[in-house]
Amino acid sequence: MSGSFDILMVGIGGQGTILASNILGKACLIEGRHVKGAETHGMAQRGGSVESHIRIDGLFGPLIPPGQADLMISFDLLEALRYSHYLKKEGRLVVNSHLVLPTSVYTQKLASPTEDEIIAGLKKHALCLLDADKMASDAGSPLSQNVVMLGAASGSIPLKPESLLEAVRRLVPKKTVEINTKAFEMGREFGGTCR
Amino acid sequence: MERKYLLGNEAIAYACVESGVDFVSGYPGTPSSEVIDVLRTQPERSYYLEWSVNEKVALENALAAAWCGIRAICTMKHVGLNVAADPLMTSAYTGVTGGLVIMSADDPFAHSSQNEQDTRCYAHFARVPCLDPASVQEAHDMIPAAFRLSEEFGLPVIFRPTTRICHSKGDVALGDVVPSTRKGEFHKDPRQYVVIPAHTRILHKKLNEKQPAIKKRLVELGYNRFEILGKTAVIASGIAASYVQELLPAGVSFMKIGAYPIDEDWLGAFVGKHEKVLVIEELAPEVEDVVRQVAGCVPVFGKKNGYGSYEGELSPQAVAAILVKAGFLPVNPFAQVDPVQNLPLRPPILCAGCLHRSAAYAIKKIFKDAIYPSDIGCYTLGLQLGVVDTTICMGASITVASGIAHSGDPRDVLCTIGDSTFLHTGIQGLLNAVYNGANMTVVILDNRITAMTGHQPNPNTGVTACGVESPHVSLDAICRACGVRFVESVDPFDITGMMHVLEEAKKRKGVKVIIAKQMCVISARRAGVKRGRYQVDADACTGCGNCVRFGCPAIEFADEKASINDLCSGCAVCVQICPAGAIGREGKR
Repeated sequence: MSGSFDILMVGIGGQGTILASNILGKACLIEGRHVKGAETHGMAQRGGSVESHIRIDGLFGPLIPPGQADLMISFDLLEALRYSHYLKKEGRLVVNSHLVLPTSVYTQKLASPTEDEIIAGLKKHALCLLDADKMASDAGSPLSQNVVMLGAASGSIPLKPESLLEAVRRLVPKKTVEINTKAFEMGREFGGTCR
Repeated sequence: MERKYLLGNEAIAYACVESGVDFVSGYPGTPSSEVIDVLRTQPERSYYLEWSVNEKVALENALAAAWCGIRAICTMKHVGLNVAADPLMTSAYTGVTGGLVIMSADDPFAHSSQNEQDTRCYAHFARVPCLDPASVQEAHDMIPAAFRLSEEFGLPVIFRPTTRICHSKGDVALGDVVPSTRKGEFHKDPRQYVVIPAHTRILHKKLNEKQPAIKKRLVELGYNRFEILGKTAVIASGIAASYVQELLPAGVSFMKIGAYPIDEDWLGAFVGKHEKVLVIEELAPEVEDVVRQVAGCVPVFGKKNGYGSYEGELSPQAVAAILVKAGFLPVNPFAQVDPVQNLPLRPPILCAGCLHRSAAYAIKKIFKDAIYPSDIGCYTLGLQLGVVDTTICMGASITVASGIAHSGDPRDVLCTIGDSTFLHTGIQGLLNAVYNGANMTVVILDNRITAMTGHQPNPNTGVTACGVESPHVSLDAICRACGVRFVESVDPFDITGMMHVLEEAKKRKGVKVIIAKQMCVISARRAGVKRGRYQVDADACTGCGNCVRFGCPAIEFADEKASINDLCSGCAVCVQICPAGAIGREGKR
């Protein structure tokens, strides 16, 4: 078996999963470790459900099998439930409490679980739920929501927080380094209260 | 050696630079597009680069460059190779002097494609070498090897990554850049480059004579290799080899295939040392066919006898299931887990403020009971809006429309096609429809960009791949030059205006073309266009649901009232649709 630490990151196309995956990959390189990943590109990104696999110390394929992820980071409440079967029993969940209902709910009148029902479903696992949208706005930009999420998850990721923060600084646009550093630290502080 | 965390396609692009590539061409197509997107945005370029108008054009350009002795790469997705198949088949006869690599990216599971064809079959058909990487690192390392192989045998080399290579990431050890010192020079040699029957018969024989040496060379290069560890063996190719390596139990021999054609003698010697052999590969049984040819009495397990599938893509769990079924693993290491059922799906959807949605709305209003052939692009998502009845391949909206129009079905036929697709292979169909007197309406959805694959420029954009301003192309003039008399341009955000023009077109005979012009909303946002947002006056909203049925992701509905969320980009089409006049500019009501 692989011996890798497997992280599944999920959300909606356009929420910044690709940048978050790049930050994790960069942090692995800073520590001189191998890393593999796989992500959704192309038309599937247009507001659709997206998944990004990251395998720290991964040596073989990029895909995490269902039931095997050590950690799941979800940028949307409903997407967390959709992919929750990827987690190991003892896996951890870090989830943005924000919920975007799919347009199909309105146009085709599809039923959707309520926020409380979703949260109840997620509580099978160790759950860290945070309002990353609000925290990102407080940090200075709603766009830093992905970095807030990484910060909140950082306590569960086998990488040094300094490496993650260094990767954030190297990869976000120069003008936003300060905001994103704050976003990471706010997320990290909140994540610390989840244990 | 520098290490970077790279997307497969980025690693491939870097390898092109390291190989001193001289000439780059291609047509965008998921999952291949980022190779040229990375190469065209390098701060310094020592190579010529173009987005071509289609894959046949791209390959012929690259082939000619390679005839001039320089290194050329041509990129496309697997179905693009169908368009380029004509030059491919004969380029194997003419051969090349400079290295020519044809990257054709396959898409098992059709994540973003109309079929699951296997490029390895084309390599087999054309009798050219094919390299099939198992990881991002190998994809990177195969590029310089592919150029050298092409130069050594004087043949185009097909490079065939799959979606799980192109869109995977990994830490990649990069190589040194070897700058090119080559200068293009065409040496006239009609016996090589003019394939009249007398020449081509000889060229065909020469191509066939090259095959045994190619097979031996591919083994020497190490892309086909094995380790004998026991009495049973697994043979795997491409990304499947990575999945197998993660799961293979001790004491089982392993052979990895990464290059074709496979040397049968070498393969037969390996198979003969085992009591049973399992072949694991995605899509066509390209490896399995050869294994079965050489296996003799050794039992072979593969998709041909039910161990594996011809469709879809493999995954660690799918490979584990095959290993268990064939008796290579006692139990599946991955317990069966089921996703939560009955969640509302979240398929990709046209953006808020997309021109395609408003054009579809106007079309449905005027051409209510028409037949709607469509094409390949973001607008294929118009399926959700009821304006896509057929999609088969690039350019086939117009040709399918004329075919139906001539078939005797009395209904109106209205087809939709994007500007890039129209320039790719749409013009010939239009010319044919006019020439043969079809009665139909063509709506060209003109957003001046190849949006779906990541906003690559095309001749209608006005800039080249490298950002140089290009001569103005008039879609209107092209249509008129094809003989279309009714050509009207409309703004699809002006629903009334567009419906009026559609009504005019409906009244007339012959081929009518309506060009619906509006910027892609993503390009508009990047260009800094700000239109302001809209909001619903809850008191005026009657809850009729007209705006919700429009299908815009910015419009929500709760407690019998519509509302507009922050995805709104200000197209104002919903304002025109609302019968109660309840929608207006934010802050202005």
